[in-house]
Amino acid sequence: MLKRVFTVGLLAGLTAGLATAALQHVTTVPLILEAERYEASLPAGPALADAGILTAVATHGPETAAPGHTHAAGEGHAAGEGHSHDAAAWSPADGLERTLSTSVATVVSGIGFSLLLLAVLLLAGERVTPRIALAYAVGGFAATGLATGLGLAPELPGSFAAPLQDRQLWWIGTAVATAAGLYLVVKAPHRLALPAGVVLLALPHLIGAPHPDGYGSTVPAEIAAHFAATSLVVHGVFWAIVGLAVGAFWQRGESRAAG
Amino acid sequence: MVKAFSPVSPAATLAPARADVLKAVAVAFSVGAALVFFTGFAGADVLHNAAHDWRHAMSFPCH
Repeated sequence: MLKRVFTVGLLAGLTAGLATAALQHVTTVPLILEAERYEASLPAGPALADAGILTAVATHGPETAAPGHTHAAGEGHAAGEGHSHDAAAWSPADGLERTLSTSVATVVSGIGFSLLLLAVLLLAGERVTPRIALAYAVGGFAATGLATGLGLAPELPGSFAAPLQDRQLWWIGTAVATAAGLYLVVKAPHRLALPAGVVLLALPHLIGAPHPDGYGSTVPAEIAAHFAATSLVVHGVFWAIVGLAVGAFWQRGESRAAG
Repeated sequence: MVKAFSPVSPAATLAPARADVLKAVAVAFSVGAALVFFTGFAGADVLHNAAHDWRHAMSFPCH
């Protein structure tokens, strides 16, 4: 059982990861590179100081902004490296190395999401077919793409944002609550499942995502808007391939077991 | 001599026990969550830099 789960997770993740990596290469990555040009070309002037203080006020106040903390005043935006936390840390060189690095991250993430999807399907006692796995993957997209995007829109490098850990915590909580809420609403038979599910779906947004005190970015709004839409499509395609591939590879095992 | 009919169909004997399924669920969930965490959320600079473009594409909160 375990071997089959990991084989399917690995194959589905590889399929979804490689396909999405190729898709990113021609969709989101060019926009990120474009955004970094604006980020890097900005001189360390008053505009940057403003940006830093704005985010710093949102976190700890300008005096206490911890050095090294993400988006502390003057750090990040001003650095030539753009958004690397620490200029000394390894970073893939632009070009083939960066493409490979992104692709590896996408494949590893794809294997991770495939295993999560399989775990949920098996726990729910579903038959793992491409159709059913795709339906659950749509739920996954609603959880990690739509619900989180409502609070924290996909951002390009250079946007102002609240402290990283607060946003990560809200993101994970929202994804988990939305997935659980959707399951209760759609699948659970208990009469309290529907109201409980709706509460779970709404709760993260009633709490509200962490935001900086002001909006701003070093990147033109048109590029940012284009990126938000594009990345949601990539996100959706990624989940769709994860779902279809998990179902298809699982069924291959099924026919082998039957034969 | 006719073979005795077995009430257990071959398909039923192939179906894994619920305990086996739950074990697989637990392991798959833990490993899956860990892989997503490393690529999407881990704070180490090297991991952040390597997965940077993917984190932005998936709208994982990034820097």
